[in-house]
Amino acid sequence: MTDPILETRNLTYTYAPKTANEVTAIREISVAIERGTLVGIIGHTGSGKSTLIEHFNGLKKATSGVVLLDGRDIWENKKEIRQVRFRVGVCFQYPEYQLFEETVYKDVAFGPKNMGLSEEEIDRRVREVLSFVGLEERYLELSPFDLSGGEKRRVAIAGIMAMEPQVLVLDEPCAGLDPKGRATVLAMIENYQKTTGSTVVVVSHSMEDIASIADRILVMNKAGLAFFGTVEEVFSHAEALVAMGLDIPQMTQLCLKLRARGFDLPETFYTVEQAHGAILACLKKEGTA
Amino acid sequence: MNDYIQFQNVTFAYEIEGEAPKPVLKDFSLNVYAGEFVAVLGHNGCGKSTVAKLCNGIELPQKGKVLVDGLDTADEEKLLTIRQRVGMVFQNPDNQIVATIVEDDVAFGPENLGVDPSEIRRRVDDALKRVDMYDFRRFEPHNLSGGQKQRVAIAGVIAMQPACIVLDEPTAMLDPRGRKDVMETVKMLNREHGITVVLITHYMDEAAQADRVVVMDHGKVLLDGTPRQVFARGETLKQAGLDVPQATALAALLQRDGLDVPADVLTVDELADAIAAAKR
Repeated sequence: MTDPILETRNLTYTYAPKTANEVTAIREISVAIERGTLVGIIGHTGSGKSTLIEHFNGLKKATSGVVLLDGRDIWENKKEIRQVRFRVGVCFQYPEYQLFEETVYKDVAFGPKNMGLSEEEIDRRVREVLSFVGLEERYLELSPFDLSGGEKRRVAIAGIMAMEPQVLVLDEPCAGLDPKGRATVLAMIENYQKTTGSTVVVVSHSMEDIASIADRILVMNKAGLAFFGTVEEVFSHAEALVAMGLDIPQMTQLCLKLRARGFDLPETFYTVEQAHGAILACLKKEGTA
Repeated sequence: MNDYIQFQNVTFAYEIEGEAPKPVLKDFSLNVYAGEFVAVLGHNGCGKSTVAKLCNGIELPQKGKVLVDGLDTADEEKLLTIRQRVGMVFQNPDNQIVATIVEDDVAFGPENLGVDPSEIRRRVDDALKRVDMYDFRRFEPHNLSGGQKQRVAIAGVIAMQPACIVLDEPTAMLDPRGRKDVMETVKMLNREHGITVVLITHYMDEAAQADRVVVMDHGKVLLDGTPRQVFARGETLKQAGLDVPQATALAALLQRDGLDVPADVLTVDELADAIAAAKR
């Protein structure tokens, strides 16, 4: 069963083409993102992750190749590119630097307002997304600049969610947050994806975070696509990932070390919860615990 | 052990025009000892970055004192000496690189200190070798990865021959290899060259590599001890918006289930050993 919402075919982007500074940021990327899935993107700095997601909503136009949204080339009609940007919402790194309105309400309402929605519809959306990001209604009248760093981040993400994009793309949504803030943001992304059934793409440098939320993982390496598969498939390439400047989750490292010591662990684990269950089951089977 | 940086009953608030001052530190005291590697943890907004900025006089306390090697950071005449002794590295490498060639960037600090040109040459080469970036000395910084840029920033600090380096979330924007390389560089500077290190981080596994972990909460010191002592306090840390390394979290779960695993393991290797031992 395949029902891709977003697809790239032979996508290539070259900065400063035909000059001495020519650099190909992404090369021949062909991926199909299934509707309603949560896709994680990992890759070393400069691997092309950001350039790739800038193509998803037409912020960059490919040097060659196409981006298909719901089966249609997003550049088919240039005048419709604005609509594409409402349908694919991209939330960049440190989005809280882009907050600018007097109140949280106005900031979250900015996107829907630009879409030309009615006041009623805007109001409904603002209140709904606020609950997605776990902030109480009283926040709506506060100035975004009086909030904590983690709260500002959540307001900024809510502003993109309020456009109800078919695809929500988040670039490093947890960068710089403390562990609690990190856990909150991850839980809210998962909850949003499950509740709305929309497609979500998350870029991250944390193998642990990606392993805990993603259905599939896309790995970029030196402008090319290295892997695109399930969490299990991708993290089975431990050596290749390390060679690319990446890693496997800490709990997966533990799994491999225990296997090397003769532990019978048929299923690879990626998170603390999975590791807990698997190790207990293994020890029980052998009558130790 | 000698004190290197002393925070003596420091009170600090950011003044915003037309608003009530926001207190960040209240009667905050902490001693950083010469030659130690101390990690500072705390939730966003707890005052960690303010502590970093107080270390070399970027900010000054409103009450209390900050002494660096016995010198008061509020004494303007001592400020240049203090800044030469305590170097800073920040989160975003792109915001701290000033020159268009790597070696020029590293030379920027010593040039400003008025160091003799031949001595600058020697220091720049030495600093770049120490962070393993010598082969990139003629590169343009924008062609480097985040981790490489961060190591250039560290080289720029080392070239000023500081006794202490303060790093404020230096790995927050880096990929896994970049993080590892920066951590290895920091540990090498501390262990092989005796440089005092203050590392502010949100990564529990990085803090686990320090000699000492200080946990801040609401402008005060909440916990202060070795990584094993601090990470044994999982509940207290969670209440402060923090966590423990994943290996420590799993050890605690397994111990609760009656498995004979010590609760103070910090790394995946230690945990694998402990689980294997418990099985026997």
